[in-house]
Amino acid sequence: MSETQTSSAPRELKLMSRSTYLKEAALKNLFMLCATMAVAGVVLIFLFVGWRGWPVFSEVGLKGFLGGSEWLPTQGLFGILPLLVGSLVVTLGALALGAPLAVGTAVFLSEIAPPRVRSVVRPAVELLAGVPSVVFGFFGLLVVRPIVADLTGGLGFGPLTAWLILAIMIVPTIATLTEDALGSVPDGIREASYAMGATTWQTIWRVLLPAAKIGIIDAVILGMGRAIGETMAVLMVVGNAPVFFRGIGKPVSTLTSQIVMDMPYASGVHRTALFGLAIILFLISMGLVGLVRGLSRLREGTR
Amino acid sequence: MSDTLDCAASPAVEGAAPEVKITVRDLDFYYGDFHALTGISCDIKARSVTAFIGPSGCGKSTFLRCLNRMNDLIPGTRVDGTVLLDGQDIYGPGVDPVDLRRRVGMIFQQPNPFPMSIYDNVAYGPRLHGVKKKSELDDIVRDSLERANLWKEVKDILDRGGLTLSGGQQQRLCIARVLAVQPDVLLMDEPCSAIDPTSVQKIEDLMAELKSSVTIIIVTHNMQQAARTSDETAFFLQERSGEPAVLVEFGRTADIFTSPKDKRTEDYITGRFG
Amino acid sequence: MKRDAKNLTNTLALAAFWVAGITTVVVLFAVIGYVFINGARQISPEFIFTNPHGVNAEGGVWPTIVATLYVTGLAMLLVTPVAVLAAVYLAEYAVQGRLVRTIRFAADTLASVPSIVMGLFGLALFVESMGLGFSVISGALALSFLMLPIVMRTTEEAIRAVPKYIRWGSYGLGASKWQTVSRVVLPAAASRIITGIILAAGRAVGETAVVIFTMGTMINTPILPTDPGRSMTVHLYQLSMEGINMPAAFGTALLLMAMVLAFNLSARWLLRRNRRMQG
Repeated sequence: MSETQTSSAPRELKLMSRSTYLKEAALKNLFMLCATMAVAGVVLIFLFVGWRGWPVFSEVGLKGFLGGSEWLPTQGLFGILPLLVGSLVVTLGALALGAPLAVGTAVFLSEIAPPRVRSVVRPAVELLAGVPSVVFGFFGLLVVRPIVADLTGGLGFGPLTAWLILAIMIVPTIATLTEDALGSVPDGIREASYAMGATTWQTIWRVLLPAAKIGIIDAVILGMGRAIGETMAVLMVVGNAPVFFRGIGKPVSTLTSQIVMDMPYASGVHRTALFGLAIILFLISMGLVGLVRGLSRLREGTR
Repeated sequence: MSDTLDCAASPAVEGAAPEVKITVRDLDFYYGDFHALTGISCDIKARSVTAFIGPSGCGKSTFLRCLNRMNDLIPGTRVDGTVLLDGQDIYGPGVDPVDLRRRVGMIFQQPNPFPMSIYDNVAYGPRLHGVKKKSELDDIVRDSLERANLWKEVKDILDRGGLTLSGGQQQRLCIARVLAVQPDVLLMDEPCSAIDPTSVQKIEDLMAELKSSVTIIIVTHNMQQAARTSDETAFFLQERSGEPAVLVEFGRTADIFTSPKDKRTEDYITGRFG
Repeated sequence: MKRDAKNLTNTLALAAFWVAGITTVVVLFAVIGYVFINGARQISPEFIFTNPHGVNAEGGVWPTIVATLYVTGLAMLLVTPVAVLAAVYLAEYAVQGRLVRTIRFAADTLASVPSIVMGLFGLALFVESMGLGFSVISGALALSFLMLPIVMRTTEEAIRAVPKYIRWGSYGLGASKWQTVSRVVLPAAASRIITGIILAAGRAVGETAVVIFTMGTMINTPILPTDPGRSMTVHLYQLSMEGINMPAAFGTALLLMAMVLAFNLSARWLLRRNRRMQG
């Protein structure tokens, strides 16, 4: 023991030492630098993808690119409308199937499932999130596609197969966030509803879902982002024909799948146009994140 | 610790005017725009136990945390006025709050052992301050656990996790942990409110032993505990919500509990105590 | 009568929720079961440990296993220090303000960037502009941007879950901020942080679109970080799209699923063990 206990001569209080101060300040700045890596990442993506893709707007023209209805690289036509429509059809169909399934799963987990069942279903949802998209694509190609082919004729490549696969793939995203939203509804509200003689269903439908509404909308928007950006699984089942949507059993192409299909051999303007597609995808996903943040600000405002 | 009020008389017997450890003058405290404390002045005597009492939300814990600048950790807080420790302003320019907290240790309401072994819990402070030698650390750990009356119970399980102890033992482990850095002042923020009643007695006994070497300040909701353990008592009150709290009365515990000078103190003591 | 209708609606609705929950589980088991049942026949020491050869990639998949683990491990090494310290900043140091809002928005954006966009970004920056070529290091750099927001978020949650009482205990003993963070907070949060890193690594193992444009498609056992390679995911994609060697595709799919499941289950196990210890 180096010091005597409470001697009558009081020890001077130390001033903050310069070296300690500098060390703590330097560490803080280092950590801040690390945190800004996320910002740097977004800026770098924007810069580099933009740098490679930007010329498409001058070489093909805004109208020819964003407004063009034909994607025929060999003829110098790079109209993205068929791809945009393809992405939209695939995404909206997947949401129509997947969102109810996911919200239903979340409600089941949060309100209905007995603990033992929950302890199986919840890990299953989490594991589903970990299944690689190429495996989903593989499963879709070999299992779902033949079934769809029987239903619609043709080979089964097309939006319907993509819907079925994507619907499952977005379940974890939407279900997890919806369960969080339901979990943040105070128990008192549930009890009040049950105390008035409401059934479980009435409590869910009239009280819980409205109370968790904005959280569920957030979840669906993020699920939508996942669906629009999904590449491999869609690529493997959608048929990759860059034409307008003609039917649920007929091949189409999407923004993401067209990039992977064309990239290995593209050069010149074609390659630029593919980076241009990536810019569009990036802006869409950023816009969806911005929308979710805007909504959550709205939610904080109303509370 | 036999009767309720007798211990209050003991320190004055020593004759000479007791030396003052902490001097507070005109202290005001703000959480952002909220004015939490105003005009607090008092002298806290060395090697004694001072109790802070008052209703919930009266600012006594806030005031306690001003004495080792723990409030600095909360963004947006501000202190006006002076707090002198051995005559030196702890809010003076350049004073290192980290060094201050070494000298003014703190025990919290919730026992908070670190998620590491009993030994490492006690050795944490000395290690921070540069003690590396195993034998020296062993001595400090043993000495501190002995002073905290915990050595006998844990000497064979020093490598077990601190969180495996009972609540009362955890609190004494936290006391040992603070003693290991040799503080002159020990701030205790409702140290007994989250532990079982049988352990309370042990902590109160410990306070009586420690006050020969350490100045103790305890915040408590329990009037009997204040009366049993303290030499001096300070009564805090926030008279209306939204207004800052004040120090209503400060004096010898025996006087505060038997013949308070202020009507508000009397109302509170009789309301809670009688 | 009215009451019966009410009960009937309730029963039907609850049944629908059961169906939703069960569907999710059934689909998961269908995918896993399909891959395992069809892939099991292909798995042999030769398949795992030998190189593919011939035009139809007969033989094994060893180089793709090496490339996958190599690129994932390197990405973990790159991302862990940055992401953990970034989370320390957000959880312990940062004051709510414009900078923090910007960082969080950027992290959310990064988390939702489609993997194909991340792949083209890696191609433009690491492969071409920085001249790293199709290589493990290009792949790892691109994957680390994918993992960054995941590890940041799980680490920040882990740090915030450490009770503030414990921090006070350390400050009250005269510890500086960095001492408190490095000696008490991070050790207390360690197992949850590691869980987050493992989960992010599981994501990286299953990633295709990023590595196809950064590490390339060449079958090669990478030794140096600058060597190219083909990941298991890319191998599976190529085999199944070409349709030339489906047995190998099934075997690859099984190994890939097994690896991803191993990452996920070990992360869950770690978390549960930790919960029990703090229990």
